[in-house]
Amino acid sequence: MRLTFRVNGRQQQADDVWEGESLLYVLRERLGLPGSKNACEQGECGSCTVRLDGLLVCSCLVAAGQAQGRDVVTVEGLASQAKKRADGRSGGADGRTGKAGTDLQPLSPIQQAFIDAGAVQCGFCTPGMLVAADELLERNASPTDADIREALSGNLCRCTGYQTILAAVRLAAARGTADTAGTADTAGTGG
Amino acid sequence: MTTMEHTLGASIARLESRAKVTGTARYAAEYVTDDALYAWPVPAGIARGEITAVHTEAAMTDPAVVVVLTHQNAPRLHPVEDRTLTLLQSSHIAHRGQYIALAVATSLEAARSAAGAVLVQYKADHHDVVLAEDHPGLYMPEEIDGLWPGTREHGDFDTVYATAEIRTDAVYTTPPMHNHPMEPHAATALWDGDALTVYDSNQGSVTVQHTLAQLFGIDAGQVRVVSEHVGGGFGSKGTARPHVVLAAMAARVVGRPVKLAVPRNHMPAVVGHRAPTIQRIRIGAGRDGCIQALAHEVVTCTSMVGRFVEAAALPSRVMYIAPNSRTAHRVTRLDIPAPSWMRAPGECPGMFALESAIDELAYVCGIDPVELRIRNDPQVEPDSGLPFSSRHLTECLREGARRFGWHERDPSPGTRYEGRLLIGSGVAASMYPVVILPSRAEVRADPDGHYWVRVNATDIGTGARTVLAQIAADALTAPLGYVHISIGSTDLPEAPLAGGSSGTASWGWAVHNACVRLRGLIEHSGGSVPAGGLSVSADTTEDVKSGQEYARCAFGAQFAEVQVDTDTAEVRLRRLTGVFAAGRILNARTARSQFIGGMTMGLSMALMEGSTMDPEFGDYAERDFASYHVAVCADVPAIEAHWIDEEDPHLNPMHSKGIGEIGIVGTAAAVANAVHHATGVRVRTLPIRPDTLLPHFA
Ligand code: FES
Ligand code: FES
Repeated sequence: MRLTFRVNGRQQQADDVWEGESLLYVLRERLGLPGSKNACEQGECGSCTVRLDGLLVCSCLVAAGQAQGRDVVTVEGLASQAKKRADGRSGGADGRTGKAGTDLQPLSPIQQAFIDAGAVQCGFCTPGMLVAADELLERNASPTDADIREALSGNLCRCTGYQTILAAVRLAAARGTADTAGTADTAGTGG
Repeated sequence: MTTMEHTLGASIARLESRAKVTGTARYAAEYVTDDALYAWPVPAGIARGEITAVHTEAAMTDPAVVVVLTHQNAPRLHPVEDRTLTLLQSSHIAHRGQYIALAVATSLEAARSAAGAVLVQYKADHHDVVLAEDHPGLYMPEEIDGLWPGTREHGDFDTVYATAEIRTDAVYTTPPMHNHPMEPHAATALWDGDALTVYDSNQGSVTVQHTLAQLFGIDAGQVRVVSEHVGGGFGSKGTARPHVVLAAMAARVVGRPVKLAVPRNHMPAVVGHRAPTIQRIRIGAGRDGCIQALAHEVVTCTSMVGRFVEAAALPSRVMYIAPNSRTAHRVTRLDIPAPSWMRAPGECPGMFALESAIDELAYVCGIDPVELRIRNDPQVEPDSGLPFSSRHLTECLREGARRFGWHERDPSPGTRYEGRLLIGSGVAASMYPVVILPSRAEVRADPDGHYWVRVNATDIGTGARTVLAQIAADALTAPLGYVHISIGSTDLPEAPLAGGSSGTASWGWAVHNACVRLRGLIEHSGGSVPAGGLSVSADTTEDVKSGQEYARCAFGAQFAEVQVDTDTAEVRLRRLTGVFAAGRILNARTARSQFIGGMTMGLSMALMEGSTMDPEFGDYAERDFASYHVAVCADVPAIEAHWIDEEDPHLNPMHSKGIGEIGIVGTAAAVANAVHHATGVRVRTLPIRPDTLLPHFA
């Protein structure tokens, strides 16, 4: 089939798609968006987590055909998604485009918080974790620890022991989405 | 620069974290190569025997399928030491799940379905896959891994044990466990004439490079291995694994790039695992808890194709005073997938047994388990007689006890109820040896003040890239922002693997030496870098020979509090505190994450992880995350890791010990000891699931 859908706000098209192949495969192998990871391919690890019309899904369990005409957000689109959200709240203004003098693209608040809290180790769980955490904060701006643990328990991480991931979500929540959308990454350039 | 002298030891964010949070960091299966094909392997359906026929016609009917490789048409490989890598070379099957064919197609789905359509006929032989204490094939290996004697004896264990005032004797068992890094093993391979490039997920690309060169009969210089980002390994990516060999083989046959990612549920059979152990520990002591005799005897298994042995008795050669001791291993070869390294091989299961036994001794003697460990803390390493370069186990125990509030604890087991929950706490020690391997590194200075560090280190999630840049900045007295580091490719100066917690010390030493000498050169040329730049390379082959006159280990102590539901017998960890003495901590942020990550895997081992060898089929029954449970966010409560400042000049110029593995050592014993304190039930078999405890609450 010819698959037409929106990915991270952009219209995308893929030809000769077998309806039964996974959305994850389409994203990674056909559209060149390998941010979403394949770590189990059967819905057990959350590494492939994306938004499908806003809903959190394991893209390894979504058949390509099911994405036809729908809207997908992946880790690659988190920053623009956050910006859109912030713009929406402030009536369309786009004053937050990162610090002057930096050529880095602005990050979403949750991405920035993951960096600042040291929530990234090998990074393989990170994209799915970020998409899930972003969705949590979208519907619950000040989650309790129990809320965070519950929301992220479909996302396995073998490296961090989850403490820094929890800290990152708390940090993003504490900063408040509106204050930080569009903040550029300046970490890692100390000295 | 005001902050220069603080670069090392500072809490610096990972240099690659931006790439990782934006999804732009590339892992082995993600290098876009034009016209790449996909490969899907076919696992053997019997545990031992011969392939009598392979039919690939049905698989080949789909025009998307390019080739199906079997032992009949695969290119011949040259022999290598690791026999799990000479794939598709014969009709013999040494374990179930061994790869026996490979389907290659233009899409992953086509390859997968072709693999499923390959029809294999076998002549099955009787297989033998279950470890038992009295297995007839048990033998005593003289040496393990070429490093340690299989058996050590000191004094006269039998006589002293027989006459000791206090005697304990118990058997502890640990199940097979699977590493399961989140990134499954993967490779993308492409040939250009006789030159091979692979993007591979491994813990050290140099061994992969040499292994591939040997297998394909080409010069190592013709093999390029790139491992820029690796999604964890925990030992299972320490050397080349079947996926990279198959990808390279297929790419050679089809003349196109080939990608192969191991399906999660194949991993237990083909990437290595932690072998099961049966450990008997006998301790003879005085009423004062001082150990006089200690025997730690391990029974374990290895495969027909590998030689790996889980050296679980090693900790008893290091931990406590034991004038009369026996530490021994017996191993049997079974028709099972090849066991291999998993985070702290040997120490991890061994310390579950030893630290449980010590808790039992403390209980029998009526002595606080922290105090009992301190009483038995040796001045020199019990086995070798060498002085320790530094040993702060006692300090870790005391500091941990203070932080945890240990001394408010009532020692009597099975008495603290909160509604239907029983509450208890337990302690265990941690230990991991210092390993340092020779490494090379290069650094170049540009006239504009920038430095370029090159070393073929591998960052499997440890933060190696970042900490090496910090080491360089520190040695150069340069700001971190001016230090650029390249790792993860065989194009770079040769360096050892990320394994045995040796990486930072080994690579860092070479980086440090190169940077110190470069700084000297710059000073020599009047403090400025000439137009053409300056570069220096270092090789630590000679340096790493120092310090051998000491026993060198990191130590730690872990304190766990658990609650046990007396209706469901579910154990939940409430809190876990670890205090470690691991030399100088080079980056507080990445170090804390390493300790906590290890402790979490230890908690996972204590309560969840374990797989079962199916005696009929000869494979592991729990092959995916639905059946092999690992700790998720909701399982992990407040875990804290602390460290004490330890100065040890006998290690390396950074004064650091490895920290990647010690966190998992001892955790399971701390949890099991806490379960005993909570319930009065001593569990000696992992994992501690409800079915273990439920009968006790009937
Ligand atoms: S890859 Fe989709 S849930 Fe694991
Ligand atoms: S950071 Fe490695 S799996 Fe989460």
